[in-house]
Amino acid sequence: MKFYCFHLMPYAALDPDYDKTHNAAWVTLPNSYYDPKIGHALYNRYLDELEFADACGFDGVCVNEHHQNAYGLMPIPGVMAGALARRTKTAKIAVLGRALPLLNNPLVVAEEFAMLDNITGGRLVAGFVRGIGAEYHSWGANPAESHDRFHEAHDLILQAWTQPGPSRFEGKYYHFEYVNCWPRPYQQPHPPIWIPSQGSRETIEWASHPDRRYTYLQTFSPVTALARYMNMYRETAQHYGYTATPQQVGWAVPTYCAETDAKAVREARPHIEFFFNKLLRMPQEMLLPPGYLSLASMQGVMQAKRALSTGNQTIEDMMEKGVFLCGSPATLREKLETYQAQIGFGYLLPAMHFGSLPHELTCQSIELFAKEVIPHFRARESSPAVAAASA
Amino acid sequence: MPKETSESFNGCKIRLMRAGQGAPLLFLHGGGGAPLWLPFMESLSQHFDVIVPEHPGYGGSDTPDWLDTIGDLAYFYLDVIDALNLSGVHLVGTSLGGWIAAEIAVRNCTKLTTLTLSAAVGINVKGVPKGDLFMWSREELIRNLYHDQTLAEAALAQPVTDAAMMAYAKNQLASAKLGWHPRLYNPHLPKWLHRISVPTLLIWGDNDRLVPLPHGPAYQALIPGAQLHVIENCGHVPHVERADAFVTAVADFIGRAS
Repeated sequence: MKFYCFHLMPYAALDPDYDKTHNAAWVTLPNSYYDPKIGHALYNRYLDELEFADACGFDGVCVNEHHQNAYGLMPIPGVMAGALARRTKTAKIAVLGRALPLLNNPLVVAEEFAMLDNITGGRLVAGFVRGIGAEYHSWGANPAESHDRFHEAHDLILQAWTQPGPSRFEGKYYHFEYVNCWPRPYQQPHPPIWIPSQGSRETIEWASHPDRRYTYLQTFSPVTALARYMNMYRETAQHYGYTATPQQVGWAVPTYCAETDAKAVREARPHIEFFFNKLLRMPQEMLLPPGYLSLASMQGVMQAKRALSTGNQTIEDMMEKGVFLCGSPATLREKLETYQAQIGFGYLLPAMHFGSLPHELTCQSIELFAKEVIPHFRARESSPAVAAASA
Repeated sequence: MPKETSESFNGCKIRLMRAGQGAPLLFLHGGGGAPLWLPFMESLSQHFDVIVPEHPGYGGSDTPDWLDTIGDLAYFYLDVIDALNLSGVHLVGTSLGGWIAAEIAVRNCTKLTTLTLSAAVGINVKGVPKGDLFMWSREELIRNLYHDQTLAEAALAQPVTDAAMMAYAKNQLASAKLGWHPRLYNPHLPKWLHRISVPTLLIWGDNDRLVPLPHGPAYQALIPGAQLHVIENCGHVPHVERADAFVTAVADFIGRAS
């Protein structure tokens, strides 16, 4: 199993009482809540944390994309990836946006990712997402076109990376006489592509298709949902006539590690509760604009998400549901071993920072996790018995 | 009661209600669809052959692959008018249906005798934002449709079935497809509204929270000879909230104009 340290880079200094007067930390929360001096310190601190994760031995670091919100301050994730490209030396850099349907010209992503891939000598992982529903309110992008634009933008980017240029592109939304990406990607035919999703049959069927076999990442979901979607991926692959590898599925989950279970819960509590109860807060209509989900997926997800995004949750609720991994190294090793045996994911993307977690605690947790949890899984994988079993 | 049918035009099957005798009156519904034969339709059917289709993409009608923009619906209804052999049509549209009606009329007025736009979207008035119906919950939307909140209460007291919720989601999807961005208007429409060559009536509630009243005078300034009829103490759905006043305004206007 590979470990990629995920960071959302939230506005951790958000006044927690904002929700007395505003119903969301997204789209409509006035940006007067944002103090640029604090933001300056946070951005640099957060980059330090990802660089520290690299130094501690994580296989990769992850940035992502969200717009006009306090939950994640990386509207242009390539800026962060660019900063990390020179300061990290061995870690892969996974950009888990870009949100393709938000773009008027998806070729900017082909170019941006190719640049990152060249600078890093092939350490880029290319993430393609649709963005969450709130993005469509913020960006004016039509959610009813979200799926179609995602697919077409993807095809355009792949053409730019893999077909000798110049070539023409004739789509419904995008038309180009000259697709001719300078630079070409360092990794050939193209960087690995990961598809983060909160779970949808359409996405899984598309990502697992034999033409693509992209790594599907389940993000911030209860462990039962994780198991369901990972199984769906494997079954779909089987249906297509091949067996999916563990490297085709991954799990992104907030994670905290301390010396003992009690200490971990005590230290993480206010910060993970801030994450779920304050930063993720938004009404249903903001989260799921019309067309973001197919009508078929709409009903079930509406009910499930209502439970996730409304009402205050405690750290105990989150740990119980498996939307937050928290505990001593021994506990985390045991949980991850159990989950991995049951669910079989090849990538774990622990969000080692979440909510308002302070710098010192973030670094302690990163260091302890890297020292006491990651090596356990590396040792298992290099043992002949496990290698044979997974072959 | 109307005759209800499913009919195909250009390969798209739509649900259609029709009742009454006289000159044809084609009513184009707003973003909520046209699931029911409403009292105002019954009243109008005393004077007219009232035809109420559900738009492609809405309610009981199919969603065709070709549906992308409001212009697609304008051309579709021009085809429907031809296919049904209608002429001398009184075209009445409300809200999003008003937008479709305006787009039809700028393209071709030859089969029309009059045009009525009620609380129509379709144009932008600088500095006068429309209500964000996509950000409103279903309850907020219903409350914001009415001036008289007792009517909103009554609407909210109706039981909500799964089928109704799915119809709501389907209608919202179609409205988003047509009007998410730019929000419920066509920036090019004002350039061509002068082409409307039939008598035109604009009806607005004075307390419309979705398409505020200044949109009425803005349309009036762009359509030659258009009359504006403001209904007091009325929200975004005059045909429901003030059905009698709405029917009287439409019937009087058509009587004078034709």
